[in-house]
Amino acid sequence: MPGKPLPDAEQLLIALIEQMRPAVGPETGLIGIHTGGVWVAERVHQALKLHTPLATLDVSFYRDDYQARGLHRDLKRSEIPFEVEGRDLVLVDDVLYTGRTIRAALNEIFDYGRPGSVRLATLVDRGGRQLPIAAQFAGATLTVDPGRSVALKRDAAGRLQLEVREEPR
Amino acid sequence: MWLNPSNPQLDKKGQLHHLLTLEGLPAEILRQVLDTAKSFVGVKVKKLPLLRGRSVFNVFFEPSTRTRTTFEIAAKRLSADVINLNISTSSQSKGESLLDTVDNLSAMHADMFVVRHSESGAPHFIARHVAPDIHVINAGDGRHSHPTQGLLDMYTIRHYKGDFSRLRVAIVGDILHSRVARSQIHALTTLGCPEIRVIGPKTLLPAGVEQLGVHVYHEMRHGLKDVDVVMMLRLQNERMQGALLPSAQEFYKFYGLTDDKLAAAKPDAIVLHPGPMNRGVEIDSSVADGKQSVILPQVTFGIAIRMAVMSIMAGNK
Amino acid sequence: MKIHIKGGRLVDPGSGVDAKKDVYIAAGKIVAIGDAPAGYTANRVIDAARLVVCPGLVDLSARLREPGFEYMATLESEMEAAIAGGVTSLACPPDTDPPLDEPGLVEMLKFRAKNLNQARVYPVGALTQGLKGARLTEMAELVDAGCIAFSQADAPFVDTQVFYHALQYAATFGFAVWLRPQDAALARHGVAHDGQVATRFGLPSIPVCAETVALATILILVRETGARVHLARLSSAEGVEMTRKAKRDGLPVTCDIAIHHAHLTEMDIGYFESNSRLDPPLRSARDRDALRAALADGTVDALCSDHTPVDEDAKQLPFAEAEPGATGLELLLPLTLKWAEESKVPLAAALSRITSHPARVLGIDAGHVTPGHAADLCIFDPDRHWTIGPDALKSQGKNTPFLGLELKGRTRYTLVDGQVVYEAK
Repeated sequence: MPGKPLPDAEQLLIALIEQMRPAVGPETGLIGIHTGGVWVAERVHQALKLHTPLATLDVSFYRDDYQARGLHRDLKRSEIPFEVEGRDLVLVDDVLYTGRTIRAALNEIFDYGRPGSVRLATLVDRGGRQLPIAAQFAGATLTVDPGRSVALKRDAAGRLQLEVREEPR
Repeated sequence: MWLNPSNPQLDKKGQLHHLLTLEGLPAEILRQVLDTAKSFVGVKVKKLPLLRGRSVFNVFFEPSTRTRTTFEIAAKRLSADVINLNISTSSQSKGESLLDTVDNLSAMHADMFVVRHSESGAPHFIARHVAPDIHVINAGDGRHSHPTQGLLDMYTIRHYKGDFSRLRVAIVGDILHSRVARSQIHALTTLGCPEIRVIGPKTLLPAGVEQLGVHVYHEMRHGLKDVDVVMMLRLQNERMQGALLPSAQEFYKFYGLTDDKLAAAKPDAIVLHPGPMNRGVEIDSSVADGKQSVILPQVTFGIAIRMAVMSIMAGNK
Repeated sequence: MKIHIKGGRLVDPGSGVDAKKDVYIAAGKIVAIGDAPAGYTANRVIDAARLVVCPGLVDLSARLREPGFEYMATLESEMEAAIAGGVTSLACPPDTDPPLDEPGLVEMLKFRAKNLNQARVYPVGALTQGLKGARLTEMAELVDAGCIAFSQADAPFVDTQVFYHALQYAATFGFAVWLRPQDAALARHGVAHDGQVATRFGLPSIPVCAETVALATILILVRETGARVHLARLSSAEGVEMTRKAKRDGLPVTCDIAIHHAHLTEMDIGYFESNSRLDPPLRSARDRDALRAALADGTVDALCSDHTPVDEDAKQLPFAEAEPGATGLELLLPLTLKWAEESKVPLAAALSRITSHPARVLGIDAGHVTPGHAADLCIFDPDRHWTIGPDALKSQGKNTPFLGLELKGRTRYTLVDGQVVYEAK
């Protein structure tokens, strides 16, 4: 978006938290998707003082681009410290774009068990969906040129910031 | 033919295409396998979809239930289809040539061959021959190489000891006939281990072994002094037939790992063994089952390592 | 037929000639060198400008694979290969199937070879029946049938007493015995030199002492019996040193090395290349350098091809299972020239190792260009580069470690008994 400045991630976070506050309960399982989604989930989990411990997900083993791009180098652990079976879950990611990461996350979650429900919270929804995926909670909706990527950064003090980059050809 | 003429194991981008030996693999690739394996170790999901729709053929010209089983488990945990072939009992004995066997299997849309053979160099031979999109993993060839074993041993060492740059490692037993020992030596050298010792009688040490970058000891207590890692090798019965050793008892007396000999090493030294163990020959039960033994964890790590190798190779284009 | 070879560089190691001199042939013999004889009119003039004219090559070991191994190669194909390589006289080892232990087999082979009208074949007869190392063959009968020496080929001598008697018997009649110094037990199951490569690759190995232990036994028995022995295919530094000393001590021994061992080492095994599986094995660089030095100083009398055609199926196997051996008749010349260039050996001296010296070992009138003697000649282009490949080789054996490489030096014409038996296209 030429001219318009990027929204402040910290402000978006506050907005997201307030959207989610009435919608989550003590048994809700929050699952952050590595890496940016975990940062957001940590802040949401803390702000909402959620009872159920935070879960994290590395979807590398479920991505649909494994054939084309191989195994990711920087693999993290998936840790789900609660029972998935029958639980209401909220997936948390930083940027929602094509929807493929969420599809991978759903596949992985279902390998752990059959959840009661799954909703999606994202800090930024930049449109451009290639799959029928929608976020129930979003900090903001942005329009970004397809040749650009939006990423979340976290500084040493823990402050979140959005950044737009040119995608390499 | 080789994809990459300067290294038969790599593709043109320098990524892992075949795993034939640890010799000549850059440290970066070894570390990639170890790091990837780490992410598989904690995975609670029984089956990951990475190799779904791919076929892994276990082509064992030399029988082995243990190794074959771990490869099968690893492949299935990645959702691959697994076919097990014990060639010794089927077509080879009917006189079908090795290449014909490989060609027939390739025609069955194999994606990956896991090969064990009694002759050194057989996996290289097969890899040179197969179509460019088929991956070959060496599950042990003659005396030459057992790369996944070497990798899982490195994983085990890294897990308990951290980095390699300050370790003293001793390999004990029949180094001459051991593909495991050769793989361990190459991996330790590549990963920067500064002191590698081999301990055994002259009859069980290959000519010029020092040129591999190891120190030779014939006296075990001397060789184990202050080491951080003790890697025991299996002694095969054939060695007595070949006039290389008089008896298992005499071998045990000089080179069997007892608590007493282990005391020469550092108090927190770890003990590894590729299995299966000959208790009372190369290792005492009290050591094998003792607190310094990491032999059982090796098995768990072995599955993760094989999953790592397969998933890295299958994703490389 | 009168043939005038014009404008070539004549190199005759025996007489020391290395100069531009024409050669005149008539009725199968050399009639003149330099100036034409009076009244000479040539039927054919061969333009040998920029070519070297030398005696036809004499190869001390070429397996023709007949009788018995026709699936690997035939007399026809290998004799074609010989003359394409400039070889006009060759000795073939007795390890055919059946082995050359009966006069009838030898006569048949000589007859078949003679009818091809190509190179001259000198069979080496079996020293013991069936090459089994137990009973002596009828050596006198075999000599009458055409054998020029006796050998066990690569079959081991297990019983030293039989060995001793065999040498005594041969010495009685002055028959030459050709022996490969390799102790069967020490070499058992080995497929590569007991060095760096075998250690890294986990290949069962053949230590140098397999050669030197056998050599020690042979040399002592030569001293005891006075038998004339030719040591075939030395491979190690220690081996040539022992031979050097034996020659200095006046023992009646000669020796050869295979052309591949003058060039290659254990490193040429590469990634388990079956074409580098040879017997004796390719040893270390130090051994190779010692072999070269021994060639240069005359300790090693001759270079031979040790031509061993192997069918593709027998090579398309893991290293230790592959059949050992390399094709060599067509590579003897370019590889000798390569050695000469790399070791800075003058052409005449280099060519002597494949002409006059092996002729002397064989005890035949060959390997020289002399008026009055048979016109067996090799006319080659020393500067012609060619790539070694299956189409370039006439031999059925395409198995060579030099596959795909380029060598310099190629035969243009080969003459036997004054007839052009080979002419390059």
